[in-house]
This record gives sequence, structure tokens and C-alpha cells, in this order.
Amino acid sequence: MTEVQPSKEVAEYTEVHRHPEPKSFLWKYIFSVDHKVIGIQYMLLAVVAVFVGMALSLLVRLRLVCPECSYPLLGQFFPVGAPEGVMTPEFYLAMLTMHGTVMVFMVLTTAPQGGFGNYFLPIQIGAADMAFPRLNMLSFWTTFVSFLLLMAAFVVEGGAPMSGWTGYPPLSAVPEATVQGIGQDLWLASIAVFCIASLLGALNFIVTTLDLRAKGLTMMRMPLTCWTWFVTAILGLLAFGVLLAAGVLLLMDRNVGTSFFVPAGLVVSDKVIDHSGGSPILWQHLFWFFGHPEVYIAILPGMGVTSHVLSTFARKTVFGYRAMVYAITAIGGLGFVVWGHHMFVSGMSPYSAFVFSVLTMCIGVPSAIKTFNWIGTMWGGKIRFTSPMLYSIGFVSLFVSGGLSGIFLGQPTVDLYFHDTYFVVAHFHLIMGVAAIFGMFAGMTFWFPKMFGRMMNEPLSKIHFWITFVGVYAIFGPMHYLGMLPHPRRYAEITSVDYLGATGAAELHMFITVAAVLTVLAQFIFLYNFVKSIFAGKECREENPWEATTLEWAIPSPPPHDNFAGKVPHVYRGAYDFSLRGAKRDFAMQCNDDKAVFGEPAPQASGD
Amino acid sequence: MSEGHAATMAAPTWQGGGTPLAVGHKKLGMWLFIISDSLTFSALLLTYSYVRVANDWPTPFHFFPSIVFSTIMTLVLLTSSLTMVYAVSAAHHGARRKAAKWIWATAFFGTAFVVLHGYEWLHLMHDEGMYPWANEYGTPLFGGTFFLITGLHMFHVITGVAYLGIVALGYRRGKWLPEDVEVAGLYWHFVDLVWMFVFPLIYLLSTSVE
Repeated sequence: MTEVQPSKEVAEYTEVHRHPEPKSFLWKYIFSVDHKVIGIQYMLLAVVAVFVGMALSLLVRLRLVCPECSYPLLGQFFPVGAPEGVMTPEFYLAMLTMHGTVMVFMVLTTAPQGGFGNYFLPIQIGAADMAFPRLNMLSFWTTFVSFLLLMAAFVVEGGAPMSGWTGYPPLSAVPEATVQGIGQDLWLASIAVFCIASLLGALNFIVTTLDLRAKGLTMMRMPLTCWTWFVTAILGLLAFGVLLAAGVLLLMDRNVGTSFFVPAGLVVSDKVIDHSGGSPILWQHLFWFFGHPEVYIAILPGMGVTSHVLSTFARKTVFGYRAMVYAITAIGGLGFVVWGHHMFVSGMSPYSAFVFSVLTMCIGVPSAIKTFNWIGTMWGGKIRFTSPMLYSIGFVSLFVSGGLSGIFLGQPTVDLYFHDTYFVVAHFHLIMGVAAIFGMFAGMTFWFPKMFGRMMNEPLSKIHFWITFVGVYAIFGPMHYLGMLPHPRRYAEITSVDYLGATGAAELHMFITVAAVLTVLAQFIFLYNFVKSIFAGKECREENPWEATTLEWAIPSPPPHDNFAGKVPHVYRGAYDFSLRGAKRDFAMQCNDDKAVFGEPAPQASGD
Repeated sequence: MSEGHAATMAAPTWQGGGTPLAVGHKKLGMWLFIISDSLTFSALLLTYSYVRVANDWPTPFHFFPSIVFSTIMTLVLLTSSLTMVYAVSAAHHGARRKAAKWIWATAFFGTAFVVLHGYEWLHLMHDEGMYPWANEYGTPLFGGTFFLITGLHMFHVITGVAYLGIVALGYRRGKWLPEDVEVAGLYWHFVDLVWMFVFPLIYLLSTSVE
């Protein structure tokens, strides 16, 4: 790679962030301040969490298709929730709640940002580490504590809470209303701790992106991955502080006897609750002010990875780079003014609903810009159908499918019908859950050789892609139809609901459950591939196996402790210079100057 | 200085290899923390206004002792901000001992604020029967919002006093830089600023006018 001799000030500048490589296991792998180790820690946490979350979703599916079936093993673990192995409706709701919470917080928030962002943001911008390495370590371990608190909710008396991942009061605020007690408190404590971890992490990402870019790396030369991590961090910084406040208020309602979210005259189990003055709607406002940006916190990094991978494997520069950057920031900004569309049926002035609806529709514009630009990036490219490319194309497909149903739900009149039906379940799973996960699959297969110096098994990845891609459509496609019946969500059983029985809902549920089981089983292919490839994958010591352009591909695999081995990289061009006319190769890395790309004499420089 | 020169001064920083906002990492980080933390307080103050308009809100505070007391607390906190300004100024002039003294003075006023505030809390609880879950004046939410918001603010002051102590020791020994003192000052002024919202919104707006 091309290097410049560090000037004195630059040398001092990076010196601040260079910490000696620790030797002992504890400081090297456990309490490491190295962003690469912390990134992998986040990823492993997310892998554990995602399998917990999938197991919970299977329990939910099994309860739906066969409410009276007995699973003796389950009965042994949860004698209260599943006496003699038969799941109670409360247990069903608890599993549903924990599935949502684990997936949203511990998987979709940690892996794309804390995992991939931590590992690759500093390298892609040419930095030796994050701006605050110790704070970075603190963020991870705080997140870990949050995860433990959440898991503890399973084993305490009464079990896990059942108020949904949104924790709506009064169910979550009034202990008398549920069989669970301390579980809800642990859930809230976990969320509050998670908020602190996330906003510390977000702060770190923002400072790193602004301050630590290598010489020549202007904001508009940054890879789109960095842009999405940057904007995601801004969203996290602004959103988690509000959720923290909401969580503290709800904890006080439960434990100190306040009634911020408990209205007067509430009757639970034929008894009037001795609280007054609060409003459950207040929680919804506070929660969704966080909750909607949270959706973009989950999906934006996946968009970045997709743009990055599509460009690399189509051998074309990103179509409309600037438009992509503006779209990312527009989506992030609009994310803060649309929270009301989650509350159309909560009792809202039609005028407010109208405003929220129009603003929601506005998000369609940058989303469409991104979609068309992805297609434009691939259009006419010399596409290499590697597994990361497949996952990224899958991302685009799922993003479009999930996005289209969002246009229905953003209309207050249509939402009155669809609200709290399976239509909503299908919508947010496709766009927020599965699409984001596909972004992570793409990132994992793409960056695996850089992280571990080995390749993942391509055929296995492709098999996994096809099963999962077809599987998720088989699961969530039919749910749109269920929602139109309309089939309400969160019902523990449907056998006693006549109109659902007549319309084939039960058969569809059976189909969905079978598809879900198969899709979950297919994830073990990926897990096997991932674990085996770390230790016994095909060795790949070359720096740039994908012929990509960004800085991480200019350093050894796996990267040395301080990323650039003490040499300060210099950036000469934008992030996606593929198929340059007159160039020696069909791509130009960001650290290549024109002489390296075109040979002598240098023709005119490529644009940014 | 010519315009062109100003442009070349400003431009390179966004080109990478430097800090675009011309502040150190820690200072930028503290500003970001302040943004995030102010959103937390904003959410609580919005909650306060929400429950305030939704309920028949009591105005239990009398001019004496509550308002007099809280005014003294406000003055103590404002004084601490002034001493913090002196500390930052001394630090930028490289006067380590002097700066450390001013930081200790700030920490002293911060502690005084906490003590006065604690006394005020005890007074309200014991003499006026006001608790987070109940009071004699009307909606229990009055106590809920009062103790939550002032409590969270007090937590920030206590954290700030500890932070100031660390900075004073670290800076005095030469471990920390003048900018670290300034960053601590940013936090301290922010905590002070939050009180400037809490004081009128919680105290003055709940005063009974006789």
C-alpha cells in the first residue's frame, strides 16, 4: 500500500490511541481495549442472543399451532410457565416478549453497530483505534451486564415479563396485573443499562468518525458503511437517552409507588388500583420516540454493508454516492418525527395522525432513492455472485417487500384495520428483522477473511442463503394474508375463534411453523460454517481477496494490533473506484495515488 | 488575515488527518454526552408538563421556607459555576495550583448544594409529608415528579463533585491537561444549566401566591 511518512503532528496524533499490545489472555481477549476484539465480542454476544431469540420464536410458533401439546423437557425448565410441558397463555406472551426484546436489543442493535461497526469503522477510516478505547470496552461490558439481567428474568420467580418488547403500561406498570413480578423489573433494568451502554458507544462512534479520519479521507470519500455507522450513532445518541428516562419512570411506577403511566380508576382482577393521574399514552410517546429511530439503528448498517458489497461485486462504483449519503441522513432525520404512526389507534387527534402519516410517507422517498441506486449499481455490472453478494441482493429484496407494506401501515385509515394484526408482524419482521440480519450475513461472509485470515465455505454459505431466503418469505409472506383476515397478533391460541378457522388460518399457521422450524435449522449450517471456518477454513493470507477498494483490504489479514502497523495511511480517492478507464487493474484502492493506479504518466485524476 | 487564508485554515480539517471542529476528542465527547443527557432531562420535563396539565396541579410551596431555600441553593450553584470559570481560566494560564484551588472551591459549592438540597428533601418529607408516592396537597404525581427530577439532578451534582475531585488531583499532579479541566467545566455548567430549568419549572411554578 502507499504510505506517507507521518509528519510529527500526525505521529503524535495517532500515538495517543496506540496502546501496547497486551500479552495476558485476560487483557487481550476479555477486557481488551482493542476495537477489533471488542467488535468480535459484540458479534459473539449477538450470536448467542440470536439463538436464544430463535428458540423463543419456535416456542411461540409451537404454542400457536398446538396449544395443548406437551413438551416434557420444557415442563422441567419452566414448571410454572409450562406445567407438565403444556405452555400457558402467559408463558406464550412471556416468550413473545423476550423474543422481541432479545432480538431488537441484543441482536439487531449490537451486531451491526457494536460488532461490525466497532471492528471496521476505525480501519475503514484509517485510524489505529476508536477515539476512546477504554470507553469502548466499558460499553461492551455494560451491554453484557444488560444481557445477563435480561436472561435473569427467565429464572426469577414468576418468570419473564409478558408486556411485549414495547413494555406497554398498564400491564408493565401494575404488578398486580401479571403473574410475573421481578421479571418485569429485571427487564426494565436491563433496558436502562443497555441505554447507557448504547449512548456511550454512540458517542464514541461519532467522535471517531469526525476526528480520526486519515489524511485525505473527506466525509464524502468515506465508505457508505462508515456513513451508516455514523448516522446510526447519532440516532443512538439522541434516542437512548429518552428511553432511559422512560425506563426510569416505569421503574418508579413499579417500585416507588408513583403513577406516571397508570390512569385513575384502573380495574385489575375486579379491584380498583390505587393509582391516579398518569397516562399509558405518555409511555407510548416516550417509547416510540426511541422506538422508531431504533428501527433505523437496526437497518441502517445493513444498508451500508449492502451498498458496499453490491458495488464491490458488481465491479461498479455506487450509483449516486452523494444521493445515498443524503438518503441515509434523511432517513435518520425523518426517523425522529414519525413516532406517532405507532399510535394511530391509541387515541390521537386526526390532525396529528395526518401529520405523522405525511412525514411517514416522506421516508418512502429516501428509501426509494436507495433502492433504485442499489439496482443502478448492479445494472450493467460484471456481477460476481459470491455469497456476500447474494445476501446483499437478498437484503434489497427483503427491504422492498417489507417496505411496501409500510406504505399501507403509514395510512391512519388503513392502519385502523391492520393495527395489531399479523400484517404488522410480517411488515416489521421483513424490514427490520430479516433484512437487517441479511445485512449481517453479507457483512460476515464479506469480512470473514479479513477478521480471521480464512475463508468461509462458499457452497455452504450459498446453500444457507437459499434456504433462508426462501424460508423467510415462506414464514412472513402468508402473514400478510393472515393480517388481512384480520388475524390479531399476540393471541396465544386461535382454535376458539370461529372466523379464523373458516378462512384457513390454522392451516397457514401450520405451514408457517414448519417453514420456521426449517429456517431455524438452516441457521445451524451458518453457525457450523462460521465456527469451523474460524479454525479450519481455507487459509487466506492475501490482503485483498475480493479485490475491494477500502482501507481494510490494504492491511494484513487478520489486521495487526494497531491496524496499520504504525504507518499512517493516506487516502487519495473515493471509496468505490471500480472499472476505471485506463487503469492497470479494474479497481483503485483508496490508498492508491494516481501513479499507482494508472502508471506513468498520470492522466487526469478520477473524481471523488 | 485574507479570506483565502481563512479558507485554507478551515478547509484542511475536514479533509481527514485532523480534528474538524478544532476541539479535542474529550471535549467533543463531552458535548455529545451533554446532548444525550439533555434529552434525558427533556423527556422527564416533558413528562412533568404532560402530567401537570392532565391533573389538578397543586401549588404547595410557600415563599418561606421553600422558595427562599431553593433560591439560596440556586445562588450556591451559580457561584460554583463562577469558580469553575476561574478554574478553567487558571488552567489555561498554566497555573496548576491556582486552578486546583478553584476546582476545590467548585466542588465545595457543589457539596453545599447537595447538603442544602438533602436538608430540603428531609424537610419536605418529615414536616410536609411529601413523598414520591403521596402528599397532602393533591395529586401524588407532584411528589413523583419533584423527587425524580430533583433527585436525578442531585445525582448529577454528586457525580460532578466526584469528577471534579479527580480532575483537581489529576491536574495538580500534572497527569491531566488544561483541556481536561475545561471538559469538566462543560459538565459542571451543564448540570448548573439543568437546574436553571428545574428551579423555575418545579419550584417557582408551584408556588402559592398569597
